[in-house]
This record gives sequence, C-alpha cells and structure tokens, in this order.
Amino acid sequence: MKRFLVLLSVLCIAGGALAVEPKEMLKDPAQEARAREVSKQLRCVQCQNETIDESNAEIARDMRVLVRDRITAGDSNVQIIDYMVGRYGDYVLLKPRFMASTLILWLGPLLLLILGGVVVVSRLRRGDAQPLAPLSPEEEIALTQMTNETTPGDTK
Amino acid sequence: MSESTATPRAKRWPYILPLVVILALGGVFGKRLLDVERGRDPNLIPTVLLNTPMPSFDLPPLPARGDALRSEDLKGTVSLINVWGSWCVACLSEHPVLLEIAKSGEVQIHGIAWRDDPARSLEWLAQHGDPYSKVGQDPHSKTAIAFGVVAAPETFLVDKQGVIRYKQTGPITADDWRNKIKPLIAQLNQ
Amino acid sequence: MFTEIGHFALALALAVALVQAVVPMVGAARHNNAWMAVARPAALVQLALVLTAFAALMHAYLVSDFSVVGVYENSHTAKPLIYKISGVWGNHEGSLVLWVTVLALFGAGVAAFGRNLPPSLKARALAVQAMISVGFIAFILFTSNPYLRLNPFPSEGRGLNPLLQDPGLAIHPPMLYLGYVGFSMAFSFAVAALIEGRVDAAWARWVRPWTLAAWTCLTAGIGLGSWWAYYTLGWGGWWYWDPVENSSFLPWLTGTALLHSAIVVEKREALKSWTILLAIITFSLSLLGTFLTRSGVLTSVHAFASDPTRGTFILVLLAIAIGGSLILYAIRAPHLDGGGLFAPISREGGLLINNLLLSTAAATVLLGTLYPLLVEVLADAKISVGPPYFNGVFLPLMTPLVIVMGIGPLMAWKRGDLGGALARLKVAAGAGVAMLLVSLLMNGTRLIDIGGAFGLAMAAYLAVATIMEWLGRVKPTRAGVWSRIAHLPRAAHGMTIAHLGMAVLIAGVSGAAAWKQERIQTLAPDQSVEIAGYTMTFKGVETVQGPNYEAGRGTIEASVNGVKIATMHPELRLYKQPPQQTTFTSIHTTFFADLYVAIGEAQGAEGAYVTRFYYQPLIPFLWYGVLMMAFGGLISLTDRRHRVGAPQRAAATIAVPQAAE
Repeated sequence: MKRFLVLLSVLCIAGGALAVEPKEMLKDPAQEARAREVSKQLRCVQCQNETIDESNAEIARDMRVLVRDRITAGDSNVQIIDYMVGRYGDYVLLKPRFMASTLILWLGPLLLLILGGVVVVSRLRRGDAQPLAPLSPEEEIALTQMTNETTPGDTK
Repeated sequence: MSESTATPRAKRWPYILPLVVILALGGVFGKRLLDVERGRDPNLIPTVLLNTPMPSFDLPPLPARGDALRSEDLKGTVSLINVWGSWCVACLSEHPVLLEIAKSGEVQIHGIAWRDDPARSLEWLAQHGDPYSKVGQDPHSKTAIAFGVVAAPETFLVDKQGVIRYKQTGPITADDWRNKIKPLIAQLNQ
Repeated sequence: MFTEIGHFALALALAVALVQAVVPMVGAARHNNAWMAVARPAALVQLALVLTAFAALMHAYLVSDFSVVGVYENSHTAKPLIYKISGVWGNHEGSLVLWVTVLALFGAGVAAFGRNLPPSLKARALAVQAMISVGFIAFILFTSNPYLRLNPFPSEGRGLNPLLQDPGLAIHPPMLYLGYVGFSMAFSFAVAALIEGRVDAAWARWVRPWTLAAWTCLTAGIGLGSWWAYYTLGWGGWWYWDPVENSSFLPWLTGTALLHSAIVVEKREALKSWTILLAIITFSLSLLGTFLTRSGVLTSVHAFASDPTRGTFILVLLAIAIGGSLILYAIRAPHLDGGGLFAPISREGGLLINNLLLSTAAATVLLGTLYPLLVEVLADAKISVGPPYFNGVFLPLMTPLVIVMGIGPLMAWKRGDLGGALARLKVAAGAGVAMLLVSLLMNGTRLIDIGGAFGLAMAAYLAVATIMEWLGRVKPTRAGVWSRIAHLPRAAHGMTIAHLGMAVLIAGVSGAAAWKQERIQTLAPDQSVEIAGYTMTFKGVETVQGPNYEAGRGTIEASVNGVKIATMHPELRLYKQPPQQTTFTSIHTTFFADLYVAIGEAQGAEGAYVTRFYYQPLIPFLWYGVLMMAFGGLISLTDRRHRVGAPQRAAATIAVPQAAE
C-alpha cells in the first residue's frame, strides 16, 4: 500500500500536469471563475502540496467536477469548502483555518516580530543613552587602514 | 571589547534559547521517525467520518448484476462497504481476504466500483471471484468523495443505524479481519 | 574497476577527514604549530580523494555501467550525454556524493587561499569542516552506498525521470549545493570563533567571502529551480512553497541576514553573538533541509525515496552538529558581545531592522513548513499549510524590508541623518507614488490591480532609491566620475546591482501575480483564440522523434492585428524509458512579458487538442532580477578587500571604537 501511494504521488506530478481541462469548465465565466477560486484553496488529497486546480490526478479532476456541480446547484463557495472539509477534514484546506491548533501558526510570526522588535528597540535605546560622538581622528585613520578606503561613509 | 563588560548573568537565557528550540524540534523529529518505524504511514489521512452517519447514496448496479446499491437499503444490518477498482493493484492483494470474509458469512460486503468501466469490473470479478452482495458504480467519485476516499482500496464498517464505525485505509489483511473487524462486528450485532 | 577505486577513495577520504578533524583541533588547543599545519594538506588531500570518488561515479554513469545499482536505476544508454552526467546527482546516493564534494571544495578553498588567517582559527575552522565531512561520508558509506554492484547485472537501465531530463535541472542541484553546503564554511568559522572565544572585525572579514560565494550560488540555484518549474510544469507557476523549495529558501533568507549582519561586525564590532548564531542557524537549516527531504518525515513532490534508517542517521548527525554548536554557543556567546553602541538612525540601525525582518520571515517559512508535522506529532491531527498561508504572512514582512532597503544604504555608520536620507528619498518615494498611480490608471482598481500596483510601486521606489544612492557616491555632475566609479569598492557596486535586482524581481513577481491571463480550451486546426491582444492560431499537431522519446509537436502561430509575431511549438512527450508523459512548453518572450503555450491531449478524431495559453506580464523580470542579484554577489566577491585577504588582527582591534557601558 505504501509503495502504491508513493507511486501515486509520483504520478501526480508526472504526465505533464494537465490540471483543469476545458471540458470540465462551466459556461458561465463568473461561475467558472468561482470554481477556479475554490479549486485553488483545496488540496489534491492524493498528491503532496498541489491544489486540485493544478493537479492532474484523477481524484483531483473528480473533485473539480464536484466543485462545479455544486456551484451550478447553487451552493456558495463557503458551503462547498465546508462540504470538502466535512469529508476529508482540515487536511484539504491549503489555507488552514484559524482555530486552537493553528493559533501558533497564525500568531507566531507576529509574536516573533514583536519580540524581536522589543529586543531591537532595547538595544537602540541603550545606544541612545550614549552621547553620539563623531569618530575621533584616530578612529578615522584606523578605520581607513582597516578598510583600505577613503571615507568611512563610503563603505557598504 | 573587554570581557568585564560582558552581559550580566541574568541575561544568559537568550543564548540558551536556540538550543532549547532545537532540542524540542529534535524531539518531535525523533518521535516522528519512531512512529514511521512502527509502521505509521505519514501519507495516511485519518477519516473524520468515524462515528458519523454514512453519506447517502444511490448507485446504479453493474449491468445484469443484481440491484442498485442504496444507503437506505443498508439500514438494519451491519455491513462492510469496500471501495475498489479493477485498475487498482492493491485491491487484488486484498481480494482473497474479502472472499474469505464473504465465505464466512459473518457480514455482507458491498462493493463500490470506483472510477471503473463496468465491463472491466465484471470481468475482474469473474476472473478473481466475487465477494460482494451488491455492487454500485461510482464513475465520477461522487460517493467516493462523500466517503472521503483518497486511494483504493478503502473499506468502511457501517452499523445497523448506518453509522460508520471503522475505516480501513489500504488492503484488509487477514490479521485486520481477525483482530479488529470481526470482533467489532460481533459487538455491533449484539 | 573504477567504481571500486571510487569506493576506496571515499573510504580513504573518511580517514583523512578524521585526521583533519582531530589533529589540528588538538594542535590549536596545545599551541602546537606542526599539528595545526596538518589541516592544510589534509583538506587538500580530502578534496582530491572526494573528487576521485565523484569522478569514478561519473564514469560509471558515462559508460552506462549497469552493474552499479544506482546507474541501473537512474540511467539508460539512449539518454543524451548531459543527462547521463546529471543522472549522477539525480538520486539520493549520488547527490550525497555531490554534497561531500562541495563540502571538501570549500574546506580546500580555505586551506589554499586562507593564508592570512591566524593559524589557530584556520586550524579549528578546517577541523570543524572536516567533522561535517566525517559525518556525511560515513552516512554515504554506511547507509547510502552509491557504488553497490548488481550481480548478475541487466543490460539496460531503468532511465531517469523525464521531468528531470532538462538542461535547467541538470545544473540546478550543483548550484544549489554549492550554495547551501557552502554555508558550512560560515558555520565552521563560527564554531571555531566560539572555541577561540573571540569574534572581531577581522573574523567577519574572513567569513564574508565564503558566505558571499555560497549565497551567490544559492541565489542562482534557487532561481534555476524556479525557472525549471515555470517552463516544465505546464501551468505557468514558478513557486509553490513546497517543503523542498522552502528548505533551500530558508538558508537563503538567513544567509542574506548573515551577509548583512557580518558587515555590522566588520564595521562596528557589534551584533557579534547574533552573527555567530546566524552562521550556525544558516547551515543548520541546510542540514534540516537535507534531513527533511531524505528521511520521509515530510512528504513533498521533490522528496527522494525516503527511508527511516537514513532519517535516523541524519537526525543523529543533526543533533551532534546543531546541538553541539548551540551548546558551545550557550556557553561562549554571552561573553562575545561588548554592548555595541546603537544609534537608532544609522546604517547599523537599518541593518538591524533588516536582520529582524529577514529572520522573522525565515522563522515564518520554517513554522509553516514544519507546522503540519508538529500538529500531527503533538496533537495527532492532520492539516495542510499551503501557498495561501505563506503568501499571506510572508509578503507583509517583505514590505517594510523593501522600505528599509531604500533608506539604509543612504545613512552613515554610527550617526545617520534621517532627515538628509529622507530628503534624498523624496525622488524615490515620488517614483513609487507615480508608478502606483500610473498602474492604477492603466490596469484598473480591482483588489488584484491594487496589489499589483503596490508591488510595482515598491519596485520603482527601491530601484530609484538604489540608483540615487549610487549616484550620490559617484557624483556624476562633478569631474572625475569615471575614476570615482573605478575606485568605489566593488562591494558597493555589488550591493547596488543586487538591490536593483531585488527591485526588478519585485516588479516581476507583482506583474505575474496580478495580471497573468489564461485561456484553456480545445482547439481544432486553424481555430484561434485571443489573449492579451495576441491571436493564437492552432495549426495542428505532428509526431516527431526525440532521442529517447516520441512527441506530439503542436504548431501555434501568435499574431497581432494579422501580423505574425511568432510560431510556437509546444510538445507532449512520451518517454520510452521510463514510460512517462511530460509537457514541453513553448515560451515566446518579449522582454516585458511571456507568451506561454502548452498542449494537452487529443480530443476526438478531428485533430483537435486541449491547448493552454498564458500571458504572463513582467515574469521575465523575475529571472533578470535573480540574475542581477547573483551577479551583484559575484561583483562583490571580486572586491580586492576580499581577494587581498583580511587585515592583520592588530589593526582591526585598534580600529574598534571602544563602547564600554
């Protein structure tokens, strides 16, 4: 089975990646556009990290067709996505929902930025407290020697 | 850059933090490798449908082979629903076990011929044996998707009320039948 | 025969690496010059041996020696020469040989060219580099032997995955490895400095060229990979935030941060412990990428066939390398920082913010890549993290980065003049606003248009700010411009080119993301479709024979107002061994935009085919931008301060303005 799945995942990108096919598409451009938008948020469950829109796996094609059937039947985008989540779980969503288990995922970057910002600001403040003396002539000379350059401001 | 002005002791933790993070990550990786070694397939997607009513379906039968497969008709008996296809290599390896189960008469097995040409399905059954009570065709994966099927074979055990009680991803082995599915059926039949 | 020589050479290399890992390290601790001097010849011999091992493997592929397992599994006699060569690294075992070759190459580079290095630092750095070699050569020999023989052996091989039979992908792995394995040198220098207990401006100057070389290769390597995905995968995408892509992008992000923070160490003797940490983290992320793609812990479209035994081996290697260096870091780093003086408005202030944003971006990509795994292991739930997450979180972090990229270089070290810088930025800001307005007027004001216009505005701002900064140094209105251009440090030109490249890249990304158009349909011969002002006429498909495939070759004419612009020939190829179908796209580029064509399967008997046309405005800029960034790195690398080598340590210590608190 494992071997079979590995084989399948290879087949997902092989075969020239045919993705969405003309005969699947809806006549109404607005509805088709919605179908594409929904398809780009759903993961091909057989493949790794491919949207059903990009994938040429058969299950992905059937999922695309199902998405379109539901659109013509009058479902909203949210209803269709909810249906797929009801069948496959949060795994089908390429954009994870904001919930308890994804709290760190969504808030982590912001927290890190704030934390890092606090550290940076604290270092800047420390610097602020120091009188900002311009370079002394000796320092200028030493720095010039060190960098083989004419003016200290000119270095990268 | 005299060492005497080095950061005071109290501020040591920021320098230890990276180590802590890496150790925690290493622990997670280690556990994952152990899980994989113990036979957990990282590609496996657990079903979210366990202990929920099975989706309703009404699938046409294979030509000249009994009745349609309807979710309504399954109420009142415990049954196994096997998603399969004649194109599916792994299904062939599972087949002897299904035939064995059918022969034992413990439970009736229904087949969903998934994304298959009906003639091929029939030919396959004629060649390899037919364990199914009813077979419904699902050419466009509507029912397969409703069951959250990823790859054939997958098998669902449904109780008398039509609630999914067990899901097998991949072929059922004789062990799976003896140790997991058979006892569960006995329990559900009480 | 050659194969056995290769195997033997690799085993010898392991022995030499062991010597190189131990003797110089002990020598440095005991101040024994003779022992320390072992490092140089050992590193050179190690390279010679590893190259022999590599050449032997290459030989097996070139002569199609199917008695070697790897050759049988990945090669085929009918394969064109270039893919016989690239087949060497197109699989797990062979790519590891490439890995250790790059590792030895960088070590030997330091041994050969690092004459100005203090003997103890050089000995220690080379010893650390050799420890990594020991780990990876052992990994090859004990778990992933590429020299295994088959007996009896088949007369024909199984062939290379056709998707990998592509010139772009043939040179992509070596570039990528030169990049992220090259960061091992920065790592080795960092660990050596921690052992020595001292980091100063001179250290930063020594590390910089090696880091820059690795960064340049990694930039080019990532660019090549992305380009390959663009023209082979057939639907015009170029970046998927796939775990494997991310694992090469992560070291790029932290490596970029490292390049910039090393400058602060060099000029201001500040951010020392942070720079050391970045050097450790950057290479650790390279190791992590290697682990993720080969252990089966994560699944990805690009992953090698995975194996838990190998996973365990690499995890142990990772634990020793990363854990060991971070323990050392925890012990030594607190004593490294001398409480650097930081004015909020200064070049170093700008670089500090640059580092904050780049590392947060790296942490975000890492978090997104590992999150599904974390959730599954810790909470037993299965979730996916895909492009919508990465785009949503990563792009907002890039915006302030670009703003700072414009301001930072305009400010002096130590005491920047924000007012002056902002005054000089007026033109750049004006260019940005003008671009925003022009784009909104031309393209409309849907949400996607606003996003695209904003991206273009950022690109215009950054380009103008970068050019203004360069003009400010060159002072074109005064006499002696050419001499000033010639005397400006190469590193300064390098920065200008690389930052301009970033601006160009942003323009490409924005244009392609906002205004890509597509037409997917079935066309019968002589039917046509309009896209972005072009009339695309389908002329039919003929069968052609390639060296190891048969292809349906389509002919599509692109014309504007009846005038033919281009004839395009996309193909649908069926490879013989292994039997697999691939699309071969046809791209017509106009410098500003690509017309991108792919064909699919035949529909019915009338010669109708599925055709896919994409109009991708500004996407060529993406590739120009990457090229400019890599070229900037290259120019910077030729800076004579890097070539001539580093200054004496004594001079460097005097130069440091003391900033005791």
